[in-house]
Amino acid sequence: MLLQEAAGAAHPLSGTFAEWIWLVPILPLIGFVVNGLLSLLPATHMGPADPSADAHGAHETQAHDDHHAVARHRYARIVSLVGPLVLGLSFAVALGVFAVVAGMQAEAPFVKTLFPWLVAGGLNVPAALQVDQLSMVMTLVVTGVGFLIHVFSVGYMQDDPGYPRYFAYLNLFVFFMLVLVLGASYPVLFVGWEGVGLCSYLLIGYWYSDKANADAGKKAFVMNRIGDFGFLVAMFLLFANVGALDFVGVNAGVGTLEEGGAVITAIGLFFFLGCAGKSAQIPLYTWLPDAMAGPTPVSALIHAATMVTAGVYLVARSAAIFSLAPVASLTVALVGAVTTIFAATIGLKQWDIKKVLAYSTVSQLGYMFIGVGVGAYAAGVFHLVTHAFFKALLFLGSGSVIFAMHRAFHHTGSHEDAQDMRNMGGLRRYMPWTFALMWIATLAIAGIPPLAGFFSKDEILASVFARTQHSTLAEATWMGIPGSALLLVIYVLGLAAAFLTAIYMTRMMIYTFHGPNRSGDAERQHLAEAPRVMTIPLVVLGVLSAVGGVLNLPSFLGGASQALHHWLEPVTGAAALNITHGEEAHLALGTEMILIGVAVLIALGGMVYAYARLKPTALVPKADAREASGIERVLEHKYFVDEAYDRAVVRPVVGLSRTVLWRGMDTGLIDGLFVNGSAWLMRSLGWLGARLQSGQVGTYAWVLVIGVLAVLGAFSFS
Amino acid sequence: MIPEALALSAVLFTIGTIGVLTRRNAIVIFMCVELMLNAVNLSFVALSKLYGATGQVFVVFVMTVAAAEAAVGLAIIIAIFRHGHTVDLKNINLLKG
Amino acid sequence: MPATSSLFYQVHFYLFGLLAIASAIAFVTRRSPVSAALWLVAVMFNLAALYVMLGAHFVGVIQVIVYAGAIMVVFLFVVMLLNLGRDGELSDFRGRWGRLAAGLVGLALLAQVMALARTRFVTGLQVPAAPVFGGPPDRGAVGDIAAPLFTEHLLAFEVTSILLLVAIVGAVVIGKRRGAA
Repeated sequence: MLLQEAAGAAHPLSGTFAEWIWLVPILPLIGFVVNGLLSLLPATHMGPADPSADAHGAHETQAHDDHHAVARHRYARIVSLVGPLVLGLSFAVALGVFAVVAGMQAEAPFVKTLFPWLVAGGLNVPAALQVDQLSMVMTLVVTGVGFLIHVFSVGYMQDDPGYPRYFAYLNLFVFFMLVLVLGASYPVLFVGWEGVGLCSYLLIGYWYSDKANADAGKKAFVMNRIGDFGFLVAMFLLFANVGALDFVGVNAGVGTLEEGGAVITAIGLFFFLGCAGKSAQIPLYTWLPDAMAGPTPVSALIHAATMVTAGVYLVARSAAIFSLAPVASLTVALVGAVTTIFAATIGLKQWDIKKVLAYSTVSQLGYMFIGVGVGAYAAGVFHLVTHAFFKALLFLGSGSVIFAMHRAFHHTGSHEDAQDMRNMGGLRRYMPWTFALMWIATLAIAGIPPLAGFFSKDEILASVFARTQHSTLAEATWMGIPGSALLLVIYVLGLAAAFLTAIYMTRMMIYTFHGPNRSGDAERQHLAEAPRVMTIPLVVLGVLSAVGGVLNLPSFLGGASQALHHWLEPVTGAAALNITHGEEAHLALGTEMILIGVAVLIALGGMVYAYARLKPTALVPKADAREASGIERVLEHKYFVDEAYDRAVVRPVVGLSRTVLWRGMDTGLIDGLFVNGSAWLMRSLGWLGARLQSGQVGTYAWVLVIGVLAVLGAFSFS
Repeated sequence: MIPEALALSAVLFTIGTIGVLTRRNAIVIFMCVELMLNAVNLSFVALSKLYGATGQVFVVFVMTVAAAEAAVGLAIIIAIFRHGHTVDLKNINLLKG
Repeated sequence: MPATSSLFYQVHFYLFGLLAIASAIAFVTRRSPVSAALWLVAVMFNLAALYVMLGAHFVGVIQVIVYAGAIMVVFLFVVMLLNLGRDGELSDFRGRWGRLAAGLVGLALLAQVMALARTRFVTGLQVPAAPVFGGPPDRGAVGDIAAPLFTEHLLAFEVTSILLLVAIVGAVVIGKRRGAA
């Protein structure tokens, strides 16, 4: 099915500033090229550590005194300028396009075709960007938060000898992410999808000389690939059954499929497999905690704010498909619910500050999938946006903490773990800005009004509750269980996870910032607030986390409420109505107030519980800590899921590869038969030829007689 | 009689071929070739009974050519023998390459 | 000459035929080249008898005089000149497998020739009632050959004589001792 060129030509947005949308991804690409070229040039005066720095950027040299010269990369100045600048410009352009779109209030998406790409038979997929309400929201988040993180990185990575390489990868990532959210068709989205997976691998294993980091990168990439397989199968099914791969065409054509039938459910489920890989849901989530091996701004950008949300974006973009497949939608919501509670329990017992945040991310992603799974696409996207704010803030704040800890440990030459909370404590005295901002983010994620997280979480939970009646989901059955019961279970799991979220986040704050300091007497003197280039982005994110709720206030507040919901209506509204039988899902005012009250009570209860039960004074530094036992040990070791995967999947595959593929096929067949065999054949033929040309007359007589036989044979058989 | 004669001719020809393939002495191989020529002569003579004297005329020619060939061939063998003091086929491989 | 269908004729035909084959086999299997040459002479004698029985009297005589009496003599001269009479010296056969393979090849050749002879050239092998050629009975056996030789095949005759000349000259030149006057 050809792209709706007519729609673009007659579109009200064509000819406006929206035509410049292609600049938005291209600017970071330019940044990648520039930074990449700079990284290839030899730079003398390298820092004391090459990429053989360990996961925390520390280095195994002898103890330094306070002022060893940490020479910066020779081109650091240019890179510091180019890297964030392209992001800033991209954000500015995106704002301009957004303003135009907001002014126009277009109903149909504006598709900007750049060049023909896949043309084969009935398939015509041009390289095209789509400007509509959903893609603009995502673009603003990616470029805005991305810009702040780039600025933060200027400070965080200042001592790193691979400075240009870092920014090159980071810019490349933003380029691919923008291709992902701006793509006008599934294949273009898939290009971005794969690209961010690649950049994730590059950035997780940024300090690649440490094998653990490289392994983490590989793990992320391989698990992503499993999801990509699902994505591809879904695309194949889509093209085979609907005949289109661009969003406009799919939305138009998906109605021809049988609602709730096997085909559309399969498409939905396979897409969700891709989401499970990319957005770290069960069973493909184990790569995300390992991904914390990368630099902390990378964790903030990729594994909190943008890449992992690609799955949520995909479901929202495919709302037409999911809304017509209740079983698939229920699956999405259910997996999201189970993941959110599962990850929350693990987060309760992690000691590495980044791991806590990693599991928190997995858990919050589960929330988003609950939202888009039950058909509340706007609510899921809303949580995506607010989560980008406060999770980025949390990660960057933790980065600030880690930066300070590193500096301190570096000064004293200590080799302690700078990310372990048991080595922290009482940091609020030394890092007041970070402390305050991280508390704002913690309150936001816990869901305390009036911060952003409260509104988005509440919206999701209310949506789940609202759809327990009078919706296609409630009427469907999932593996024999009635949908309405399932939705109630999901709601309860969501509440439970909110409770646990409050607990583990408060725990993190208490252990890190409150109580006595456990870093050691010598180190304590060097603890200081991070430089301004790092704290200013934190401030911006703090403000956004605080007031971000205004994007989509609950409907009972009237006025400009549900702004995001109305904004996204042209894109996801129709699909959402499919699920709720044509009318907007709403709860009675009393019910909604009760739900809000319950959520707030639970959040507050969690925080109070954590504050009362957890005694930071009872902690000892990591080096002296004793091994946990019982349920604590299970949680600390993440339910031994990684070990189980290793036994069940990794080892058999490696074993199979070793025996069959390597020894059997590679060495035996390809090396032995084809390579050596063809050489042997040639030698044999040569040997035969040499024997024939021996100069022996007797041989010639033989050949003659055999020739005669051949001729006679030809005669007798002709 | 003619079919029998032709069959005999075929058998003699075959024996001559086997001799050529089997023997190592150059002169003996030459003699086997003569045997083959004789077999062919028998064939010609047998068929001349059907088709007229031309067959026998041809036999005369064959014998003449065989004589010429024998002379030259043996002269060559003598030359080779003078060169390498051997007529063993194994050692005559100057055509090599 | 007794009639071709008479028993006497047939017995002798088969007799000479079998003798020819036996002599040929003996010829091929002798180690000593002198013995082999003599067995070949025996083959030629038997063939001469067969020629006569087939009505080619002139050819039969020619066979004895020229082929057996001149060409084979030359062979024997050369064999003795090169002093190759010793047993086992240079007349070894080529390996066991070579002989087996040669035997198989020979069988294949024979089978093919017989098959071709039977299938393709079956027609026309019936002996006509009377011999085809006949001419004036006073020409004799020689005249029957000479007439076509010097009329129809005159060119071939002349060329053959030149060939003989070339052969003579060639044999002398090649056989000459180098360096000698």
